[in-house]
Amino acid sequence: MFKYIPLTFRNLLRNRRRTILTVLSVMISLFLLSLLFTVYTAFYHRERPPEQARRLITRHKVSLTHVIPEYYGSRIEAISGVEGVMVQNWFGGIYIDDRPEHMFARFAVEADKLFDIYTEWTIPPEQLEAFLRDRQGVAVGKSIASQNNLTLGQRITIKGDIYPVDLELTVRAIFEGRDDTVTFFHRKYLEEGLPEGYKGNVGIFVIQAATTDDVPRIAREVDEMFRNAPQPTKTESAAAFELAFVNQLGNIKLFLLSIAGAVVFTILLVSGNTVAMSVRERIREIGVLKTLGFTSSVVLSMIIVEAIAMALLGGVLGVALCFAVTQAMRNVMVSFFSGFVMPLWGVPLCLAAAALIGLLSSVIPATIASRTQITEALRHTG
Amino acid sequence: MAAIPLFYNLRNLKVRKTTTIMTALGIALTVAVLLGIWALVQGLQSSLAVTGDPLHLLVMRQGSTSELVSIVTDEKFQALRRLEGIARLDGEPMVSNEVVTVVTLPLRGDPTQEGNINLRGLAPMGIKMRDVRIAEGRWFEEGKREIVVGRGLHAIRAGTEIGDKIEFGRGAWEVVGIFDAGKSAFNSEVWAPGALATSDLGRGATRSSVLVKAEDAVAAQALLNRVSDDQRLMLEAKSERAYYEAQMTSAMPVWTLGIFVSAIMAIGSCFAAMNTMYTAVARRNREIGVLQMLGFSRWSILVSFVFESLLLSLLGGIIGCLLVLPLNGVDTRMGNFVTFSETTFQFEVGLKTMAIGIAFAAFLGVVGGVLPARMASRKDILSSLRDL
Repeated sequence: MFKYIPLTFRNLLRNRRRTILTVLSVMISLFLLSLLFTVYTAFYHRERPPEQARRLITRHKVSLTHVIPEYYGSRIEAISGVEGVMVQNWFGGIYIDDRPEHMFARFAVEADKLFDIYTEWTIPPEQLEAFLRDRQGVAVGKSIASQNNLTLGQRITIKGDIYPVDLELTVRAIFEGRDDTVTFFHRKYLEEGLPEGYKGNVGIFVIQAATTDDVPRIAREVDEMFRNAPQPTKTESAAAFELAFVNQLGNIKLFLLSIAGAVVFTILLVSGNTVAMSVRERIREIGVLKTLGFTSSVVLSMIIVEAIAMALLGGVLGVALCFAVTQAMRNVMVSFFSGFVMPLWGVPLCLAAAALIGLLSSVIPATIASRTQITEALRHTG
Repeated sequence: MAAIPLFYNLRNLKVRKTTTIMTALGIALTVAVLLGIWALVQGLQSSLAVTGDPLHLLVMRQGSTSELVSIVTDEKFQALRRLEGIARLDGEPMVSNEVVTVVTLPLRGDPTQEGNINLRGLAPMGIKMRDVRIAEGRWFEEGKREIVVGRGLHAIRAGTEIGDKIEFGRGAWEVVGIFDAGKSAFNSEVWAPGALATSDLGRGATRSSVLVKAEDAVAAQALLNRVSDDQRLMLEAKSERAYYEAQMTSAMPVWTLGIFVSAIMAIGSCFAAMNTMYTAVARRNREIGVLQMLGFSRWSILVSFVFESLLLSLLGGIIGCLLVLPLNGVDTRMGNFVTFSETTFQFEVGLKTMAIGIAFAAFLGVVGGVLPARMASRKDILSSLRDL
């Protein structure tokens, strides 16, 4: 079997221009496919730190824009299986201007609980202490810090839009870990500056459950507790809460899937077409091979192997390009693209798709070619 | 200098019909992806473009980026009512103070997917100021927990049938009607009686924004300056049109992704067209020699092959347009970054969209065809004719 490999290889090289064009078009399609795959996993199958599986978010039942009273926190804490509860308020606001790198998430939190709840992040102990000591301190995720050149001790001003106050903050800590694209400051500091009527309001409570098994029960119990209160709640897992944001963007799933479908179909057409062209061109030659004693099945498998090799080469290049491009995207705008990492298990999947495309596109022309009668084939003028 | 008849190219495409159709289909899909996204963005664009009246001013708290985070007290509303240059309807100034909040509603067919919906509490004047009509049922009655829903919202979100109830504030609000706001973004909103909604939301008499209709364009500009310059009011007026047009930023991510994907697919399709044309040139070596012998210039041969590639891609362009045509008028939604809620609108596949698709296909064809055509035109007569 392996003795035919050099011949197959020579076949690939003889019409170099066509081989290159085909490999490039498969590469581009596979690049697109693996990019869509990356986006899809970033939205729907994001790998989560195990800590996050124990995390729940409680918000106002009507919507995220409605606030709930602060005292709910201590009542939630009393539920069995709850390890910790923290207030987290979206501050929004404007840092310098609306340039993309200046638009990162800013939350007002109960600072003393922050790193007990978000255990996936690491923070140097002396920085944590400095952050806790300074009421106007801000803890900045490493990705945000490096993108905006923020260093310890630097002062930053955040202009309020939702809240009618401006914040004067000092960078006291830089934490790092997965999705470290957010910033946190003391809710106490925010509350002091707020007019009456804004005080004591909570956007969301972040709840840490003792075990993953407790999560559904705690969600039910919290919502049951406040069902008849003036401000009823909705509690869900952190993953479900995040997914709601993706769904809010529009019908992203359908959008991605339909583009991916069109891409796959297009590559099938393109590579199928090329293989068919190169086979048609070679019909006379196939006749010669057969007179030399090559069987139909050898001819068939040689053509198929050639197509698969071409598609796989394109696939490898495409996936590699995808890795390079997503890396570049993260470098440009980390707060938005932080999750855009191609999962490693996606690589064999994309390559398998490439091989399958090679197989599917070559089966029909190869079968026709291998079945052609020798006399017929020799008469063919290509 | 004679041109090679077009008929020659048509016949050639027909002879190689499998290759022609496959290449054209590849181009068609590329065009379809571009046009699908174009139709989506165009739909949102034309919805936002017709939302708002050129004579309307939207007054919000200074520095507010959206109605949702804005606050206007009743005292300031009364001050606004007394300003000069406001249009009147039956002696009443055309001014509407409105409360805006967000509620969540499940998707039709998938109740697990909840979306943020803009809810607007307004008085009858607010309804009269806008170009809306009731499509089904009736308008709400003042002082009752009744709401009406926009036609676009009704098409996308569940729980919006007449008789359904939506919970917010201090109770359940019954849907009593579905209103039609033409193409405008109000179609994605829920409307409720302003006074009751405001007190139900625990805001006292404080609303979110005030809509003002000016007598004419000059008065509109004067009012805008007057409100924004008043230091005591601490308010900011902008043209309602501009407020909605600025929301097009919400389409940027989809648009960027769409352009990116289309550009990449275009490169792939160009390679495919090139491949097909190179093969066509290679197979017609002798023919090209004959053409040259008959006296056709190199230039006409070049043009002829580019033309053939163009015909091939135009076929793809037309198929691509036909593929996206069924999308026209389909209801869809997109998250709105300004209002923190979703805007519902319809895909729009118009003549302009299709013209863009055809032009895009033609571009692919010409780019893909030039190199092979150049090769064809540079062939040497003798060696071409000698070729088997």
